[in-house]
Amino acid sequence: MTESPARRMTPLRRVRGLGSAHSGTRDFWHQRVTSVAGIPLTIAFIVIVASLLGRNHAAVVQILGSPLVAIIMLLFIINMAYHMWIGMQEIVLDYFHDEYIKLSLLVANTFFVFAVTFASVFAILKLSFGV
Amino acid sequence: MAELQARPMTGAERQRPLSPHLQIYRLTMTMAMSIIHRITGGALYYGMLLLAWWLIAAAAGPNAYATFEAFIGSVIGRLILFGFTWALIHHALGGIRHLIWDTIHGLEPAERELLALATLVGSIVLTLLLWGVCYLMIGGPR
Ligand code: HEM
Repeated sequence: MTESPARRMTPLRRVRGLGSAHSGTRDFWHQRVTSVAGIPLTIAFIVIVASLLGRNHAAVVQILGSPLVAIIMLLFIINMAYHMWIGMQEIVLDYFHDEYIKLSLLVANTFFVFAVTFASVFAILKLSFGV
Repeated sequence: MAELQARPMTGAERQRPLSPHLQIYRLTMTMAMSIIHRITGGALYYGMLLLAWWLIAAAAGPNAYATFEAFIGSVIGRLILFGFTWALIHHALGGIRHLIWDTIHGLEPAERELLALATLVGSIVLTLLLWGVCYLMIGGPR
C-alpha cells in the first residue's frame, strides 16, 4: 500500500487531478476566464440595450437580427451562461451539505441555465434568420 | 497523509484560535462588498430570465413585444430594470476587483478598503449616469 500512486503524488499533482470536485481548479480558472471575457461583453451589451430603448418592435427586430449585434449578444449570453452556471454551483456547494438536496440543486442549476440560454439563443437566431 | 507528517509537530498541542461566529466579526467594507457580490451574482442569475423574455418577445412578434413593453415600462418593471442595471454594474466592478486581487495587487488593508468603496460608489454613479443618459436619449421618462 505504501507504494500506491497517491502516496507518491505531490500536493500540486493531487490538486490538478483530483480534489473534492474531481476537477481541481478548473472551475475556478474558467470562472476567471469568463469574468475577463465578461468585461467587454457586458459593456457592449449595455450599449446595445441602451440604443434600443424606446424603439418600436420593427426597429428592435431589425437591429437585434443584424449580424454584428446578434454575434455580440450571442457571445454575451453564452459566456455569461457558463459563468453563472459555475457561480451558482459554487453557491450551492457552499451552503448545502445534504447529498440529495445538493445534487438536486446542482441538477436544477444545469437545467435552469440550459433552458434560459437555449431560449435566448434560439430567439436571437430566429431574429437573424427567421421568417 | 504521509507528507503532512513531515511538518514539525510542535504546534499540534497548542490551543489554536477558534474562528468566531459570523455575528462577532466587525462588518468591514470588504466583507459587505463580498456579500453584495454574491447577492448581485444570484440576482443577475435570475435576471437573465428578463433578458430571455425580451428576446423571445421580440422574436415572437408585435403583440408579445407589446406585452413585454407594458411590463418593463410599468413602475415595477422599471424598478426591476434599475435593480438589474445596478446589480450588473456593481457585480462587474466587483469582478474586476477580484481579478485585480488575483494578481496579488491591492491587498493591503487601506488598498482593499478603498477598492471595496470604489466598487460601491462607482456602481451607484455609473448606474445613475447611464439612466440619466438613456432618459435624455429617449426624451424624458415616458
Ligand atoms: C449577467 C451577468 C452575470 C451573472 C449572471 C453572474 C453571476 C455570478 C454568480 C452567480 C457568481 C457566484 C457568486 C459567488 O460565488 O459569490 C459570480 C461570481 C463572479 N463573477 Fe459574475 N456574473 C455576471 C457577470 C459578471 C461580470 C461581467 C464579471 C466581470 C468581471 C463577473 C465577475 C465575477 C467574478 C470574478 C466572480 C467570482 C467571485 C468570487 O470568487 O467570489 N461576473 N457571478
